[in-house]
Amino acid sequence: MPYTKRRRLVRTAVALALGATTLAACGTESGDSETESGPASLTYWTWTPGMDKVVDLWNKGPGKKDQITVTVKKQASGDTLVTKILTAHKAGKAPDLVQAEYQALPTLVSNDALADISKNVSDAKGRFADGVWQQTTLGTDAVYAVPQDIGPMMFYYREDLFKEYGLTVPTTWDEFAETARKLKKAAPDKDLTTFSANDSGLFAGLAQQAGAKWWTTSGDQWKVSIDDAATQKVAKFWGGLVEEGAIDNQPMYTPAWNKALNTGKQIAWVSAVWAPGTLTTAAPDTKGKWAMAPLPQWSASENRTGSWGGSSTGVTTDSKHQAAAAKFAAWLNTDSDALNALATESGIYPAAKNAQTSGAFLKPPAYFSNQADFYTKAADIAETTAPSAWGPNVNVAYTSFKDAFGAAAKNKSDFGAALKKMQDDTVADMKKQGFGVAR
Amino acid sequence: MSSLAVPKAEPVAGSTPGTAQGRPPLRRRIALIPTVTLLLGALYCLLPVAWVVIAATKSGRELFSTFTFLPGSGFADNVRDLSAYRDGVYWAWMGNSALYAGLGALLSTCVSAISGYALATYRFRGRETIFNVLLAGVLMPPVILAVPQYLLLAKVDLTDSYLSVLLPQILFPYGVYLARIYAAAAVPADVVEAGRMDGASEWRIFTRIALPMMIPGMVTVFLFQFVAIWNNFLLPYIMLSDDEKFPITLGLFTLLEQGANTPALYTLVITGAFLAVLPLVALFLVIQRFWSLDLLSGAVKS
Repeated sequence: MPYTKRRRLVRTAVALALGATTLAACGTESGDSETESGPASLTYWTWTPGMDKVVDLWNKGPGKKDQITVTVKKQASGDTLVTKILTAHKAGKAPDLVQAEYQALPTLVSNDALADISKNVSDAKGRFADGVWQQTTLGTDAVYAVPQDIGPMMFYYREDLFKEYGLTVPTTWDEFAETARKLKKAAPDKDLTTFSANDSGLFAGLAQQAGAKWWTTSGDQWKVSIDDAATQKVAKFWGGLVEEGAIDNQPMYTPAWNKALNTGKQIAWVSAVWAPGTLTTAAPDTKGKWAMAPLPQWSASENRTGSWGGSSTGVTTDSKHQAAAAKFAAWLNTDSDALNALATESGIYPAAKNAQTSGAFLKPPAYFSNQADFYTKAADIAETTAPSAWGPNVNVAYTSFKDAFGAAAKNKSDFGAALKKMQDDTVADMKKQGFGVAR
Repeated sequence: MSSLAVPKAEPVAGSTPGTAQGRPPLRRRIALIPTVTLLLGALYCLLPVAWVVIAATKSGRELFSTFTFLPGSGFADNVRDLSAYRDGVYWAWMGNSALYAGLGALLSTCVSAISGYALATYRFRGRETIFNVLLAGVLMPPVILAVPQYLLLAKVDLTDSYLSVLLPQILFPYGVYLARIYAAAAVPADVVEAGRMDGASEWRIFTRIALPMMIPGMVTVFLFQFVAIWNNFLLPYIMLSDDEKFPITLGLFTLLEQGANTPALYTLVITGAFLAVLPLVALFLVIQRFWSLDLLSGAVKS
């Protein structure tokens, strides 16, 4: 296994942070897993609903042939699962396969929980957009996971109300701000949308679209640039809109927010490809009245989007059958039967390019029956996803975001200061964990 | 779930002072400020419960669109959907919770009774040290111990089993503490001495004489531990990976956290939380009589 610079760096950092126990774990890493063959029984931690049915296809088809049986153990999603995987890994008992959000991969890799499966899944690379694949390699020669689903960001709006108030769909963020002001003038009790600080993924995606790269490595050191120019631009933009009262400042995913969407008090939502599912439960009475458009751009010549959500399938270093597990991970996320089942049983938006416009995605989602080309458009937008750069403590940055921006949005105070706090908290935590941080 | 269920325990405890407040009236002036404070406290505790009860009757469409305290029309459907979810895994969770909490609390009560009795009756070297260590255990939140316990049980390959959740909860320091205090007050040394004079073995004295006297206190220990295990989240979360073995707290959490792209199954979670609270309410109503006996006997003695 080639020791890339990044890998070595990461190892050193972890050894510093966690001391001898981790060193011992590094030392005992399994040697050549390729040689193993014969029957394998694998466990898979995932939160995707309906995954057991998809895995049944494998167990009855290709898995039966290769004598590789996979058992699904359904988990709750989120940062808590990362903690659980790392705890299990410390005891050497992590499952063979895990589902992990892209931003969690550096954390898992820096704790040496995910195995390099580049030898087993190299054929899969061409099936994914470069920006998506790059997230699973962390910019190295290794491959730590196979992309499963993605969340390219889009702009959702109430078609009927836009017409009623004479608004046009904004193509740039300047137009977006103008649209918000125009609506406020025409209907003071309504808001175009809200700036919510309770889901950090949204802000991260917006910053990614603007060209931010929050975590990078230079030489042997990490560089954290959460308060770079691009992110500052995004923070200033939304902070300004909140301060002047052009948009609302209440958090989303609350009953009040659901009500605002359902009654047309808020008439647009910056979201991602999975929004139809959320809108179905949040705003059931407005079905068929929404439409989707690309995210507004920072300049008219650009065409980029960020991503919000999405996850991948990784193989753990604890697995005794890494090659078999990698084979399953590749099948699950590239085989057309598997992808079709994932779409129908689990409602995921696949990362594999060819699956985005076939099978279940030939028809628009029921909630958007008025927009026949929903998924064609979505696939075009997905292609424009900007690359992202995650680091080993995204959870800390996210928590800091929620605290700092939550307070700033509520008090309508300076978003720049909140961003600085997010940067400082993240750097401080990395230093505490023993990572070398350059400024 | 635990945040929904925790207030549940309080109304019962809160209603006791409420009735006590009403008892000594004899046309004496009702103290206004305490009454209002208690009423506000009761409201604070009961409002979330009322919310859960009412929200459980709403269908998905009604949940966020109708007035908060207006009952909906979907209760039967919600229960049916909940029972159908993943082939009725909800009821498996309920059964698991009953097993963990019922058996766990029973075993932990037995351990507490024996050790509390021993600490109260026998004088031996190191008794105070043991008791002080126990007191330290009372102050230690069990949450801190979950990860070390996981690592320990992983060494003997017991993780992801029923035992992994049951074993760590059997020793309940607060229960031992209560049992010791209670045994010291309820089992007079003379009675134990009389038993010995008559030639009864120590085991016989404990089971036939002391234990019956300690029953009301042990009921309290049982209830405390039952509620604690029923609401416990972190320990089973870390120990278990197979969702067929999950208790209700964990199960509802997986319903809520379905991934960023999948909307949370709010109606199922709320209905599930409501149903999960019912056994606790029933338990409290059934066992309350022993409890009041406990309070009463304490009052007579002092």
